[in-house]
Amino acid sequence: MEKIIEGKIFVLGNNIDTDQIIPAEYLVFSLTDEKESAMYGKYCLSSVPLSQSGLPEGNIPFIKKDEIKSEFNIIIAGSNFGCGSSREHAPFALNKAGVKVIIAESFARIFYRNSIDGGFLIPIECKEKIYTKCITGSIAKVDLEKYQLNINDKIYELNPLGDVLPIIEAGGLFEYARKSNMI
Amino acid sequence: MTITEKILARSARKSKLSPGENVWLNVDILMTHDVCGPPTINIWKKEFGNKAKIWDKKKLVILPDHYIFTSNKEANRNVKFLQEFARQEELPFFYDITQQTYKGVCHVALAEEGFNIPGTVIFGTDSHTCTSGAFGLFSTGVGNTDAAFILGTGKIWERVPESIKIIYDGTLPKYLTGKDLILWLLKDITTEGANYKALEFTGSAISQLSMDERMTLTNMAIETGAINGIIAVDDITKEYLKDKVKVEYEEFKSDPDSKYFKTIKYDITKMLPIVAKPHSPDNCEVAHRLKNIKITKAYIGSCTGGKLSDFVSAAKILYGNKIKVPLFAIPATTRIEKELESTFYKMKPIKEILIEAGCTIARPSCAACLGGPEDTTGRAIDGDVVISTTNRNFPGRMGSKKSEVYLASPYTAAASAINGFITDPRDFL
Repeated sequence: MEKIIEGKIFVLGNNIDTDQIIPAEYLVFSLTDEKESAMYGKYCLSSVPLSQSGLPEGNIPFIKKDEIKSEFNIIIAGSNFGCGSSREHAPFALNKAGVKVIIAESFARIFYRNSIDGGFLIPIECKEKIYTKCITGSIAKVDLEKYQLNINDKIYELNPLGDVLPIIEAGGLFEYARKSNMI
Repeated sequence: MTITEKILARSARKSKLSPGENVWLNVDILMTHDVCGPPTINIWKKEFGNKAKIWDKKKLVILPDHYIFTSNKEANRNVKFLQEFARQEELPFFYDITQQTYKGVCHVALAEEGFNIPGTVIFGTDSHTCTSGAFGLFSTGVGNTDAAFILGTGKIWERVPESIKIIYDGTLPKYLTGKDLILWLLKDITTEGANYKALEFTGSAISQLSMDERMTLTNMAIETGAINGIIAVDDITKEYLKDKVKVEYEEFKSDPDSKYFKTIKYDITKMLPIVAKPHSPDNCEVAHRLKNIKITKAYIGSCTGGKLSDFVSAAKILYGNKIKVPLFAIPATTRIEKELESTFYKMKPIKEILIEAGCTIARPSCAACLGGPEDTTGRAIDGDVVISTTNRNFPGRMGSKKSEVYLASPYTAAASAINGFITDPRDFL
């Protein structure tokens, strides 16, 4: 697990549901075929209303036209990120788009599990409404040892990962289970 | 302990456990469908390699239901993948779409086929797996990796949730359904109000509700963020299960001194028909204040609103009336499809009432509840304003991103289809 993640932030609001993350019509694509699975990156966050896409101004597409990866690898969001369906295609799509970490006030349960157990990205909670205080495109540094987020030298505290840290460190549920001789 | 804690303790082979604890559960049923089944099986094959072996074939239920009646080649490929897998593995509980055994929407089919056994633990690759909790069991949705892990081991980790007790008291007025009850709760606690909590439904109103209506409540537990929704077994449950479940089962009940995160109490006689406006199930307003909303389409279907009781409710309103906007009626399962012919309202089969009113009846599947491929029956197109008995109205949920979805009971959906604008069903009842 990378302890320091640096990159450009993409800011979203509350209740970013799985239909906004990856609309259901694209779920027919294979997750294993290289060419088809790239479609998940291409359509990632494509149903977020444009006015809410890349706060505070909005109108910033997460994926540029004709691209399959995003220039943003850190997402900062409000509460209940990933609510809705159980589709693992959601954290998969974010991973394909290049997202490494999502910092949100809270996550919906299934999305949180899927992100961790599938080893797709690190979902990390924060106490304050960071998403109201930062601007899409800013450069940030996430320190997973100190549990701190640094944006333009302003430091925000993050919640420790707690019980799920060993699964994240192993790289997912299967790796964790193999390491602990469960399978 | 609460009913949820007791069932999880049984599954974890522990005598006691408390909220916040992470436990490994022994799973009684794993359910999957055509969207998440193939990727789950692929993960299982990759991770277990040559050792890949299904932990217990009698505990795996595969119900293709999402993208069934479509010419979309990737969707058809997923269904074929499952057919091939079921054949190779000789699975006893695969409900193939090409056979008489095709069922339709997984959560309703699980109930009909007797897989909802009280006291057990069901995991499914679908967030609405919480529906089964209406039968006094623990059920919840997981992703493909978790499901693949269960497929190979029969086990999964879970954090024991705190419980929220929802008490619905009073006799259900004739213009309300389970859908109104759950939308009122959503209005009050929002789509994150029960994040990672168990929702325990109880009260004098619950004991009068049919299993269909109870399933509407537990079905939408996920919309509040809950891990599960649960209703303890009573005589109505036992009557439903009588000819479906032949094994002995355990009935769990919450202890009187159980600890709850919160208790919310409703007098349902004071509730009015309610509608969730775009684009969130908690964005609710009473139906009679939305008369200015013109609709282009109505939709009655899905695991939430496509059960027999939903069509009976709609038929009560539609009887002797004609619809002004298209109304798509999609029975959740093949059994309900047949029951529409053998169930009567005022001496007329429900199916006939729907057809005479002008409804389009399509074959059982999830259909346009979640949009689906372009050729899906009832899919929302640009500019559509849909009133629907389904569960979610997030942006683009039923198809076009340029459509709007209002969630309502089958009474309200049917009344609105007749008038062409959102209508309080009390005008017809």
